[in-house]
Amino acid sequence: MSTATGTSLQPGAQPARESARKPSTMAQALNRALRDALAADPDVHVFGEDVGTLGGVFRVTDGLAAEFGENRCTDTPLAEAGILGTAVGMAMYGMRPVVEMQFDAFAYPGFEQLVSHISRMRNRTRGALPMPLTVRVPYGGGIGGVEHHSDSSEAYYMATPGLHVVTPATVADAYGLLRHSIASDDPVIFLEPKRLYWGKDDWSPEQPDEVPGIGRAVVRRPGTSATLITYGPSLPVCMDAAEAAARDEGLELEVVDLRSLVPFDEETVVASVRRTGRAVVVHESTGFAGPGAEVAARVSERCFHHLEAPVLRVAGFDIPYPPPMLEQHHLPDVDRVLDAVARLQWESEWRAGEAAGDAGRAGGGDR
Amino acid sequence: MTVLEQSGAYHLAPPPAWRPRRDPAPLLPDREPLRLLGTGAELDGDLLHELYGHLVRGRRFNEQATALTKQGRLAVYPSSTGQEAAEVAAALALREQDWLFPSYRDTLAAVARGLDPVAVLSLLRGDWHSGYDSRASRVAPLSTPLATQLPHAVGLAHAARLKGDDVVALAMVGDGGTSEGDFHEALNFAAVWQAPVVFLVQNNGFAISVPLAKQTAAPSLAHKAVGYGMPGRLVDGNDAAAMHLVLTDAVERARRGEGPCLVEAVTYRLEAHTNADDATRYREAAEVDAWREHDPLVLMERELRTRGLLDDEGAREAREEAERMAGDLRERMHQEPDLHPMDLFDHVFAHRTAQLHQQAERLRAELEAAEAEGTPAAAERHGGTRLHTDTRQHTDEQGGRK
Ligand SMILES: Cc1ncc(C[n+]2csc(CCOP(=O)(O)OP(=O)(O)O)c2C)c(N)n1
Ligand SMILES: [Mg+2]
Repeated sequence: MSTATGTSLQPGAQPARESARKPSTMAQALNRALRDALAADPDVHVFGEDVGTLGGVFRVTDGLAAEFGENRCTDTPLAEAGILGTAVGMAMYGMRPVVEMQFDAFAYPGFEQLVSHISRMRNRTRGALPMPLTVRVPYGGGIGGVEHHSDSSEAYYMATPGLHVVTPATVADAYGLLRHSIASDDPVIFLEPKRLYWGKDDWSPEQPDEVPGIGRAVVRRPGTSATLITYGPSLPVCMDAAEAAARDEGLELEVVDLRSLVPFDEETVVASVRRTGRAVVVHESTGFAGPGAEVAARVSERCFHHLEAPVLRVAGFDIPYPPPMLEQHHLPDVDRVLDAVARLQWESEWRAGEAAGDAGRAGGGDR
Repeated sequence: MTVLEQSGAYHLAPPPAWRPRRDPAPLLPDREPLRLLGTGAELDGDLLHELYGHLVRGRRFNEQATALTKQGRLAVYPSSTGQEAAEVAAALALREQDWLFPSYRDTLAAVARGLDPVAVLSLLRGDWHSGYDSRASRVAPLSTPLATQLPHAVGLAHAARLKGDDVVALAMVGDGGTSEGDFHEALNFAAVWQAPVVFLVQNNGFAISVPLAKQTAAPSLAHKAVGYGMPGRLVDGNDAAAMHLVLTDAVERARRGEGPCLVEAVTYRLEAHTNADDATRYREAAEVDAWREHDPLVLMERELRTRGLLDDEGAREAREEAERMAGDLRERMHQEPDLHPMDLFDHVFAHRTAQLHQQAERLRAELEAAEAEGTPAAAERHGGTRLHTDTRQHTDEQGGRK
């Protein structure tokens, strides 16, 4: 993936496939995933606002109506509760609806259907009416959007039992996780980081990479000094921060990409923090009662005796999402991540760690 | 005279993008609710008899369920006493393959469709949120959040049509529910998609305490249909024959691919909103008494007797059958329900998450400890008498005690 600093997020490339790879955007990979899912399963139906002729405001559904017909990729009336509510009925009849909420903040009118029905129908009916539907939500800021176009709404979904909450940060994951989501027999909130839509990775649409399923986190960058736990739009920030820390401070930061907020892959996260002894959770969403609070609590519970410092969070401020000309002050950036890393009580380790040659962790000791 | 008052006074050509979309006249409801009983209309005697039996049993069911709340056997019961004609007609208008989408007040419609009453009462008893197999019975779970079941009916009907299946959905909602956004969105989607769905609004005069006048300024609820481009029909909801005719018509019309329809059943909630409500705080006894004169059972019994299709003996037989049904229900509802606390974790997802697995283990340990101690207090905390702590069968991550 091309981030601001050109950091590649692809895990070890497989040479055999290299020839078919070409720079592809996340939006293209999502489009391809929808197309492949529509082709593979006649029960898959894509619908939402402007998803047909226009191909969606982000062009993620481009060409699908033309290829599969208006019954498979359908423009609906402007009504988010109606979209989600009719998706429930279609799922009750055995279909696999994939619906688009045009923007994060415009999913809110549909919350009642999500919370009261989509998340509960399987449980209410003891499995007789599962909800194999996918709700695609473009989310997050950093695109210069005016009010209501940049929310990070993941905490609302995470707080709703019965929903899976998934968010890709790489092109390969955009494809793979969306296919996994559509194939899932549970409802999946599929959060698409808007500002990564046009980020590119080398990726093959003909031979898309296999990616781990829903519920699995991935270590994007191994390290020994501290763990950055992040997801979605904040992954490139953390990768850049890790590069900078290595370059400037001699710190080797491990970066864990959660990919799936629910189910939460505690094992991968805990294993990493137990190795490094320090952790910072990074996300755009507001910090108070945000996703990072849950992560920090779980890490503290399960890594207590391995921790050299309290688990810190770098998050959006606890404010309504700012206007575009001020959003850069709100969004966690490399400096804020590095500041948090600097506050991970390296000096205590200096004192405690009489073995002065502990290169992996000693780099920040002068801070 | 203002512009609003003299439509048609301006004869300029309309703007270029405007075209008339459809003629509203055929969509408009009648000026008065359709009545058949007592009008001398030609009616099928067998059907009247069938409806009568359902009405008598339905009334008795409502009485019995209300009694069960007083005996602590139901947590709450929103009675459809006075609305039995609409409830029964909704069930009978459907064919085997069709789907019914009831609200919390529509236990009776689900029972009239043939579901086991004890299973239908699960929600109101509180042993599970829905006690019957919705897929097998084609009765969606009783829906509590107002009007939210309506878009489900639209989606299901639409899906069936896309698959080429001969399926109609009938969705029930109250007068108050028509103010909800989901009512609007569902009707709009249904009309745009021409989905084979029938919306049945039971206008029983109240949303808990709030009368219809505070709910809407529309000429009638049936008129709302016109704005969406579907026909609205106004029916005497206490006239079981009229309800059956109009709903059957609407269902078969939808089946023929002619699109959705809205039926307003004008009826009255004779009892309080639920057993927990005090209706004397917001309505006069005289109003209730007037509606008792227009009781759906009375209307039907009078019709049958006038036609010579019912005598005292027949009426007594119908009452006895209802009594047997009520006795059976009472007896079964007085048995303790089977409670399976470990099921709480089995249907959240297709597979338990690691976190749910841990929490399930925790509850299992608590249950086992409580059982070992035999502490009544502990057992009580965990839900009462007949508690199934045999958790071995639940270790399967697929969940699913069938
Ligand atoms: C979304 C929502 N808001 C509020 C309630 C609480 N509530 C339950 S029944 C009811 C009145 C509904 O009246 P109506 O739609 O006329 O149906 P009726 O009870 O008369 O059958 C209210 C306000 C609810 N169930 N759902
Ligand atoms: Mg009402």
